[in-house]
Amino acid sequence: MREITYAQAGLEAIQEEMRRDPKVFYMCTDAIPPLAKEFGTERMRATPIAESTMTGMAIGAAGSGYRPICDWRQVTFCFVAMDQIVNQAAKITYMFGGQQKFPILYRAGVGGGGRLAAQHSQSPYSMFMNMSGLKIILPSTPRDLKGLLKSAIRDNNPVISFEGNRLLQTKGAVPDAEADELIPLGKAEVKREGNDITVVALAWAVHEALAAAEMLAKEGISVEVIDPRTIAPLDAETIKASVMKTGRLLVADEAGPVCGASAEIATLVSEDPATFRKLKAPVKRVCALFVPIPYSPGLEDHVFPNRTKIADGIRAVMAA
Amino acid sequence: MPLGPNTLREMLHTMQTIRRFEERASADYHAGKIYGVVHCYIGEEAIAVGVCGALRDGDQIISTHRGHGHCIAKGADLDRMMAELYGRRDGYCKGKGGSMHIADFEKGMLGANGIVAGGISIVTGAALAAKLDGKGGVAVSFFGDGASAAGPIHECMNIAAAWKLPIIYVCENNQYAAQTPASTTIARQGEIVHRAAGYGIPGVAIDGNDIFAVHAAAEEAVARARAGEGPTLIEARTYRWRAHTERAGQPDYRPKDEIEGWKSPDRDPIARLVAHLKRDGHLTDAEFEAMDRQVLDAIERSCAFAEKSPFPAPDDALDDVFAA
Repeated sequence: MREITYAQAGLEAIQEEMRRDPKVFYMCTDAIPPLAKEFGTERMRATPIAESTMTGMAIGAAGSGYRPICDWRQVTFCFVAMDQIVNQAAKITYMFGGQQKFPILYRAGVGGGGRLAAQHSQSPYSMFMNMSGLKIILPSTPRDLKGLLKSAIRDNNPVISFEGNRLLQTKGAVPDAEADELIPLGKAEVKREGNDITVVALAWAVHEALAAAEMLAKEGISVEVIDPRTIAPLDAETIKASVMKTGRLLVADEAGPVCGASAEIATLVSEDPATFRKLKAPVKRVCALFVPIPYSPGLEDHVFPNRTKIADGIRAVMAA
Repeated sequence: MPLGPNTLREMLHTMQTIRRFEERASADYHAGKIYGVVHCYIGEEAIAVGVCGALRDGDQIISTHRGHGHCIAKGADLDRMMAELYGRRDGYCKGKGGSMHIADFEKGMLGANGIVAGGISIVTGAALAAKLDGKGGVAVSFFGDGASAAGPIHECMNIAAAWKLPIIYVCENNQYAAQTPASTTIARQGEIVHRAAGYGIPGVAIDGNDIFAVHAAAEEAVARARAGEGPTLIEARTYRWRAHTERAGQPDYRPKDEIEGWKSPDRDPIARLVAHLKRDGHLTDAEFEAMDRQVLDAIERSCAFAEKSPFPAPDDALDDVFAA
């Protein structure tokens, strides 16, 4: 299998789906050159910088038989579209009794590490998890991104794809176009098998957790790393099955802890009597500190989790 | 195209249906059969009927929180509408939407919105879809003077003008955003039509209680849109007879004589159309009474249908979060 970057994998997913289905079109506040070149300006629509309108127009086009893709670029820019996301897209299927389907893909970059300060370094996906009616993917590898985006475009509901800013240039093996690989929404993947502790990690933190697991293997600690890949709906079954085996859970997330995806995952395990009884130690979270993300490198690095902090967290759970 | 007597009588029938439907809806609301909130459109009927009368099947509209009139004018079924208001399983939204979200998607409605200005971009997206389809379809965004002061209409008029989208923005200016007079919150003494100039699109201000004026403006805007010439802003000046909502204890600070003035036969859109038809010999008092009886019968039947329809089962609350 060839190796391509996360960014390239995302682009390939869009190109393949736009070739496959003429009802798919793309809106973004700037044209994406390869899409404009191949599909023209009718299907690669550069919009005004009016994310609220773009987000709402995607709903209307979806309700009229299209499969729009609406690229917010950074999640930061979609906050002006919260009415359209929260009051409209998330509720329109339900509120009207399922009269119509609304297949929409929203895309947004999340996460920090780029020295971009507080606004452009956020990971607010749990805000959206809070809204029933939205499906949310959070892919960590090029292969997952491509396969999940293709499934999201074919899904008949609004799906938000949160794509890690730090992951854009990471490379990984990805099947080519002929394979037409679809990764189903709502399916976690065990990224590394282990017996002593389950680490559920999200997006960029998956890579940090894998690095931590490698370090700890030398200390005789066998770490299982699970990547939910989709955070709405969450694959509770895979997470619980792993905890039943290991009896320990750590959740690693680049987002802050408060009401976060990490809190939801921790709750899944503590609420279920079966997994609760198997726990040998309290659940631990390794997340960003609860502050806006600062600019200066030393400050930013201090705020985010990393492989060292995850490894320390694992050792603490093992010792508890 | 001038409106013939048959078409005018049909329009009168639809306007009367809206009025009687809402009289019943407000009565049943106060009787406890309808829950939550009901926003009445009475007094503004000529706008929905005049505009929808210029549309074809397949053209799309989006409605507002004051949406019963648009729904009836677009041809929705009274039985399923009333069942929705009663919260029943056979309602348009299976009892999940209620008065603020009553819509018939098969008739080309893209919903009705509880958020002021919330639907404008959605229906602008339908206009984009119509343009991509290339079959001459058009879209209509109904919104009020309150929504005209929110961001979406500006963003949408800009993009619709830039992309020449086949859409008509119909501002139902009833002069009050809930209790607040438009003249105190909207520039240019509450007149909205002037915005069109800024986007280089036609803007027309009309007497929204004159079915002929509404229909003529809509026909011209629709023809432009179908011909690929882009959007039009229509400001239809009107007045709502009832309070902002039917909620008990809801204050109505508007001057009494102002309200009564708008109910006079020379301003009431229905009385004006009746007078016109009578003057031209196309309607008698007896015929209008018969029409009204027919309307009332249909509404009575819709209430019976709604009463007979079961409430949804509690677990039905879990359905329709996602489409299959």
